[in-house]
Amino acid sequence: MKKDIRRYAVLGLVTAVALVLSYVEAILPPIWSAVPGIKIGLPNIIIIFILYKTGLKDAITVSAIRLFLVALLFGNAMTLIYSVAGAVFSLALMTLCKKVNLFSMVGVSIVGGIAHNLGQILVAMAIFETSQIGYYMLILSITGTIAGVFVGLVASVILKRFEKIKL
Amino acid sequence: MKNNNSQKNQKLRNDIILAVVIVLIATAGLLLFVFNREQGTTVSVKVNGTQIASYPLAENREVPIKTGDNDEHINVLVIKDGKASISEADCPDKICVETRAVSYAGETVVCLPHKLVIEITNQNADGGIDVAV
Repeated sequence: MKKDIRRYAVLGLVTAVALVLSYVEAILPPIWSAVPGIKIGLPNIIIIFILYKTGLKDAITVSAIRLFLVALLFGNAMTLIYSVAGAVFSLALMTLCKKVNLFSMVGVSIVGGIAHNLGQILVAMAIFETSQIGYYMLILSITGTIAGVFVGLVASVILKRFEKIKL
Repeated sequence: MKNNNSQKNQKLRNDIILAVVIVLIATAGLLLFVFNREQGTTVSVKVNGTQIASYPLAENREVPIKTGDNDEHINVLVIKDGKASISEADCPDKICVETRAVSYAGETVVCLPHKLVIEITNQNADGGIDVAV
């Protein structure tokens, strides 16, 4: 029981941090306005951290609550479809990548970032019934790799600091 | 401990290989795309996946396009000097307005909130606006 309370408190806390990071990312100016969709993926720092610290189940919980709150606060039903697709692809591939045990958090984060872009592009292709936007994926893969390295490094530093703290 | 370290180095190496491979493939794909593209002739306007109009890229014009489920929104398409762009829109993110003007076949300007796609093609324009279904 006591352990449960502690877990809920911590999950609530990290969800709040993920939400703040979503907001920070939303108010940042576009990095390269000619190519929309380039993002750092700040909230993914938290998702990867939880994925490594306590596991997939909690990562899904935090991610789902974050998506719902973001849609409620600064999005709409349309943006929710995109972000859910991105998050599902990202979490699924990151989990797979973590399981094969070939990469560090940085590699997992790169895969997560690119999977996020891929999920969103696929949804866009389905909604617009066009494959012409597929080449976007090439540009987004490069920027996603750079962003993934950054996110992975930050997440591994946080994980290290929390090494002695049990969640 | 030593074993742990070598495993760490191995993973770091894999990370770097992963990053380099992705960037190389993406760059090669982009180069291929850039060298193979050709100037388009026609601007095609799609709302909700349905083409509602197309215009020749050679003629300058400014067209307000009604978007949204009940035509309640608007995006203004501008064709100028052989390039197409969106000059104005009442969408929340304004990403379509910020997207640079397009002129090569296959290039698009997309407004996600209004489900609008402006696409450059090589087919001939059919002129006016058809009724959106």
